[in-house]
Formats: sequence, structure tokens, C-alpha cells
Amino acid sequence: MRMLGCVSPPTSGDLTILGGDPVRDGAAIRARLGVVPQEDTLDNELTVRENLLVYGRYFGLPRRLINQRTDALLDFVQLSERAGDQVDPLSGGMKRRLTIARSLINEPDILILDEPTTGLDPQARHVVWDRLFRLKQRGVTLILTTHYMDEAEQLCDRLVVMDHGKIAAEGTPRELIAAYSTPEVLELRFAPEQQDAAVEKIKDLSPERIEVTADRVLLYAADSEEFLARVRQTGVTPLTELSRRSTLEDVFLQLTGRTLIE
Amino acid sequence: MADVTADSLARPPGSVALSVRALRCWLLQYRRTWRASVWTSVLGPLFYLGAMGYGLGSLVDRNGTAALGGVPYVVFVAPAVLGVQAMNSGLSNSLYPVFAATRWNAIYIAARATPLRPADIYRGHLMFITMRIAMNSACFVVIMAAFGLIRSAWAVLLLPAAVLVGLAFAVPTAAWAVTLKRETNLNYPIRFGAVPLMLFSGTFFPISRLPDWIRPLAYATPLWHGVALCRALSLGTLNAGSVAIHVGYLVALTAAGLWAGSRTYPKRLYV
Repeated sequence: MRMLGCVSPPTSGDLTILGGDPVRDGAAIRARLGVVPQEDTLDNELTVRENLLVYGRYFGLPRRLINQRTDALLDFVQLSERAGDQVDPLSGGMKRRLTIARSLINEPDILILDEPTTGLDPQARHVVWDRLFRLKQRGVTLILTTHYMDEAEQLCDRLVVMDHGKIAAEGTPRELIAAYSTPEVLELRFAPEQQDAAVEKIKDLSPERIEVTADRVLLYAADSEEFLARVRQTGVTPLTELSRRSTLEDVFLQLTGRTLIE
Repeated sequence: MADVTADSLARPPGSVALSVRALRCWLLQYRRTWRASVWTSVLGPLFYLGAMGYGLGSLVDRNGTAALGGVPYVVFVAPAVLGVQAMNSGLSNSLYPVFAATRWNAIYIAARATPLRPADIYRGHLMFITMRIAMNSACFVVIMAAFGLIRSAWAVLLLPAAVLVGLAFAVPTAAWAVTLKRETNLNYPIRFGAVPLMLFSGTFFPISRLPDWIRPLAYATPLWHGVALCRALSLGTLNAGSVAIHVGYLVALTAAGLWAGSRTYPKRLYV
């Protein structure tokens, strides 16, 4: 992400951003990017409005234009009432929204967001998602990284799954689910000492795929209800059972062999 | 995406314009804290001149002032204290604020995502530091003049000389402070640098009073050159050769700092 933001030289391969070379044309490219870094880099000692003023000046914008855009942007991220307040006491969700507003002060062609909702509570996340979705509707190109598959599903038209710095797969969320998972998933939980024995019996039913994690067994099947009926016939009794549709999390698990810990 | 990449990129403005953008951020910050800083700029010199110049000076003057060049102690010590406060002003503005800008208030980190390059961020901050040193030094020079402690017309050059002293400390220090990982390291330049320099650079007594073997050490320190320069300007005891050496030394140290910063800033900010 830092390479895309032109603050880290590419280690290998070619990178062209907005038709320019990030090393040679870094300043010119950054003038047309908006960046929402993973950790807030707001100036806590300044007010909400002053943060936008400082940032707007970095882009060489005249004060009147900055003021106009500040009013519109604070309105957009629902922070108008806090315009004159210091940043420090704002909640995590408000700071995130302010960072997003700040990144839009130069009306960027591309907005780069590094884990925009990590560490936010569910309500705050939904507010951020809503604002990002509106930006997308307005035609702003968003590039975002996330550990949250639901975030990717909500916001992304095109998705790239990265594993250890390599691209593992790419496509729309729907395409990826179709390509790398079954339509439905059956999640079973067992008492810890019974899990191994149960897995042995279920294996014989030959599901399309079986994933055994620390606390549950995931069975991939076209029709999970039908598969559950077959599981029951073997005499296996799970503590809980959940039949659901496949998500990007299942795709991630299939591609990387790892569950999402974060 | 395709239509976006087809655009050609606008040329960024020159580096002076970009540095001024960084400077303006510091000016906005300063608007909040200037009141407190005015008190320290005015009271600092008054305390020093009162205690060292007049207090200690009353004892010194009783024993004759031949070793001081025949002037009262307070006249002897005032330009030296000007040099010391320029050093302190340079250090205090380039240690904590630079370190804080890489993490706590993240001023540098926020700025690097914009058209500003590390060199612009560095130079913009140095402009602000220069302004602060100049403000503090100007206060001091005015107080010196008001108390009648200036003996030569050359004293009009005291302000630029003091700014040069401050920069000779601030520029290399900023280049170093930006690389720091831990806050505690910020104390070393004060503890092992500024304090011994202040005591042994001919500030409060002529360097000729030091043992022979230690004198070359004093000649090698930047503060000695700064103090000697300020004192020569204030007392009118100028000598072209020694002024050239003092100015040359301080300019060289500043230039070395600029060179170092042009490497450390990109290294710290472009990771």
C-alpha cells in the first residue's frame, strides 16, 4: 500500500500509477491521490477544521477553496458539529471519518484505504462503509486492503486475495465464491474430545471438502441441509449445527489454508 | 481506470513553494503556543543577565576586569549568553518537535502522503526553526541594548550571528532526531552536549583561564566559535581572520547538517 501511495520504492516488478513512475513522479502522483493510512495521522492538538486546512495547504489549495470543501466534506462524514473541536477527544470512528474527509480535500482520482475499519465498533464500521459506498457511487476509485471479508464483500467490485505477498486469486466476490467454494457450508461443533472420532465418520460421507479448525468442522456441499441429514444417519451428534451460504471467508480458507484470526 | 491513466501528470511546483507549504503547517501550530513561548524568550535572558551578569558580576568586577578586556562582567557575559540561548533555542526546536512529528502528532507522516517530499518537509521545518531562533535572539538583543550592554556598532550583526549559531546546532540535530526510535535518546544532546558546552566555551569566563591542555578542546566546539563571534561583535573587538574562522566553522556545521538531513529524512519517511 505504501508503494501505491508513492512513499515506498517498489522492491521488484514494475509499477505505474496514473501514468507516472512512483519514484520519478512521486510528488505529481501524490497530488492526485487520497490516502487513508491504517493508523490515524491526524494532528490531535489542532481542531477538526484546522486539520483539513493544514492538509489542503499541502496540496497548494487556496484557503477559500479549502473552506468550501471543508464544509461539504465535514457534512459528508457527519462531523459538522465538531468542526471547531480539538481532534484528541473524538471517538475512533469519528477520527476515521475525519481522516477520510481529509483524504478527499484534493478531490483525488484514486482513494487508497489501508484497513479503513480495523478497530472500530460495528456501528462505526457501518457508518464508514456507508460513506465509502457513497463515494464509490460518485465514481471515486477506491483501493482498499482489509482483513474483514464482509468488508470486501460490501465494498469491492474487484477483489485480489493476497497470501504472503503473492496474488492467490482475483475476481468479483461472486466469481471467487463460485470458483473456490461450494454454494453452501455446514458448520458443526463437537465436544472437544469427540471431534476426532466424528471427523473420521463424516469423512466417509465424502463431502466436496472438509476443513477441521480448532473449534469446528466445516463441510462444503452443494446442499448443506441434505448433507446434515446424512451426517445424522451415521449417529454423529454435533453440539451445534449451522447451515449457511458460502462467504469470502471460505474462499480465503481454501486459498491460503488459514482461518482469519483477526 | 483507463481514462484516468491517460491524463498526463501536472508538474509539481518547485521545492521552495513545497517547503513553504510545510512551513505554514508549523505556523498554524505556533498560533496556539506563541503566548507561552514569548514568556520564555523574554524571561530567560532577563534571569540570566540578572543572576550571572549583575549578581555574579558585582563580585567579579571588584577584583578588576583586565582579564575581561576592561569591560564590566555583565557586558562581557551578555553576548555569550546570547550565543548560549541561540544554541538552546536551536536544540529545543529540533529535538522534541522533530521526534514528535515522526510519531505523536505525526506531522511528517501525514505530510508525506501529499505532494511534499521528505526534503520539502525537512526544509519547511528548518524555516520555522530559523524563525523561532531569530525571534528569541531578537528579544535578547533588544534587552541587551535596552540595558546598555552593547559597546559597538557591529552589534547590528548580532542577530544574524546568533541565528547562525542556532542553526549550526539545529540543522544537524534535526537530521539526527528524525532517525530516533526511542524518546529517551532526545536527552543526550542536552545532557552531554549543551550543558558542558555552556560551561566550558568561554561563556562565563575567558577561555585563557582554562588549563592549557583543555583549551584546544574548547576551540573545537561550535559554541566557542559562536560565543567568540557574538562577543567580538558586541564589544567591537573584531578581527577579520578570526571572524572568518568562526563563521566558516558554523556555516560548515550547518552545511554538514543539511547534507545529513537530505539523507536521513528520505530514509525515515520513505520506508
